[in-house]
Amino acid sequence: MEAFRADFAKKFTMAFLTGDRWKLYLKGMATTLELTACALIIGVVLGVLVAVVRSAHDQQRPGRRNPVLGVVNFVCKIYTTVIRGTPMLVQLLIWGMVIFKSTRNRFFVGMLGLGINSGAYVAEIVRGGLMSVDAGQSEAGRSLGLDYIDTMRYIVIPQAFKNILPSLGNEFIVLFKDTSLVSSIGAAEILYYAEAIGGKTYEFMFPLYGTALMYLIFCIVLTWLQGKLERRLRQSDRR
Amino acid sequence: MIDVKNLSKSFENQLVLDNICEHISPGEKVVIIGPSGSGKSTFLRCLNLLETPTAGTITFEGAVITDPKVKIDQVRQQMGMVFQHFNLFPNMTIRKNITLAPVRTGLMRQEEADGLALSLLKRVDLVDKAEAYPSQLSGGQKQRIAIVRALAMKPKVMLFDEPTSALDPEMVGEVLDVMRELAQEGMTMVVVTHEMGFAREVGSRVLFMDGGHILEQNTPQEFFDHPQHPRTQLFLSKVL
Repeated sequence: MEAFRADFAKKFTMAFLTGDRWKLYLKGMATTLELTACALIIGVVLGVLVAVVRSAHDQQRPGRRNPVLGVVNFVCKIYTTVIRGTPMLVQLLIWGMVIFKSTRNRFFVGMLGLGINSGAYVAEIVRGGLMSVDAGQSEAGRSLGLDYIDTMRYIVIPQAFKNILPSLGNEFIVLFKDTSLVSSIGAAEILYYAEAIGGKTYEFMFPLYGTALMYLIFCIVLTWLQGKLERRLRQSDRR
Repeated sequence: MIDVKNLSKSFENQLVLDNICEHISPGEKVVIIGPSGSGKSTFLRCLNLLETPTAGTITFEGAVITDPKVKIDQVRQQMGMVFQHFNLFPNMTIRKNITLAPVRTGLMRQEEADGLALSLLKRVDLVDKAEAYPSQLSGGQKQRIAIVRALAMKPKVMLFDEPTSALDPEMVGEVLDVMRELAQEGMTMVVVTHEMGFAREVGSRVLFMDGGHILEQNTPQEFFDHPQHPRTQLFLSKVL
């Protein structure tokens, strides 16, 4: 028992305390959060654009089809199909080791890979949200003489946003955890440091447990925030 | 005012409207009745192009609105529409529901629209609901709001698509009262309905549709007392 305790303390010290290594975990976590935020912005912008193109294309009046929109829609379809049909790790490796193999800024490469991946999923979520709003709502808007843009902006999108918030929150949490994959292309986020420390000390248990624990804590906080936001939006229904 | 020529509409392979010709003059109250699936709602929805006709032309105030080059939003601003399921915007207050379109289409400024909304709400006796949300209203109240929302655009014609079919029986009266008043003021109205009493009392002309055709039309008096077509006679014997 005594020996076990001594071993435990030694490994713990090695993993977290020696040379102020705990700072590396925090630094890594900061990078992870930054990566998540940047990738999220790219993902949401891309996703909303793709979703709007896809649903605008589907809602065109027969006989008034816009050929440019048709081409853009086709590109969007290929994008979502390819991204959703291939593993994230493979995509990241392609970004990091083929397309940007000589780029030193691994953070940028990871951010791009994650954002583009996330965009495809967000697009489908947003498209589902736009479709979930009763057709009567946009008919009512259009019958009053509002144009397509105003109808979307004031009537459909605000209602769609509330409907997709749970899925969007999930996507955000998934994205947060998936940032760990960019350690494979050398972006210095938390798992990257944990692996480095493990490799240096030949002891992986504590670095990996520590990493897992930090992810878990942040996920619990994010889930709690998400629930709070949803409750607040739902309250506005009952005013 | 509205002139419909050889209007046909099919969904997939199903022909819903078959070569319909009809003319609606200013001030007329045209009531369309018929069994479900007869195409009466589709006919109404074609008038403001919520449904795109498969063939034929619709002329509104001299403009051929079925022409793809016509700015349909501007045409729709002059045609109010009331739906079976109200379709109020749940994310906005009643006042915002009424003022959104007049303000966004540039018809008037927000203050003017607010004033107009107030006077319209007075008219349907719902001033106290101005800052309420649609979910707080009863069905009858919602439909009355939907009517004044359409009126806020100062339309030249009002289209009603079964406005009382989704209401509890005791709320039908309050909605019909508003429509009756509107008719007395001289509004041009096209009403798809199952309310035979309303058709007889308010209509200036009754159309009977079945199978995508207008089988018979007449003044309400003649139509209900002396129906000519056997299909009309059968229908009326069942609903009256």
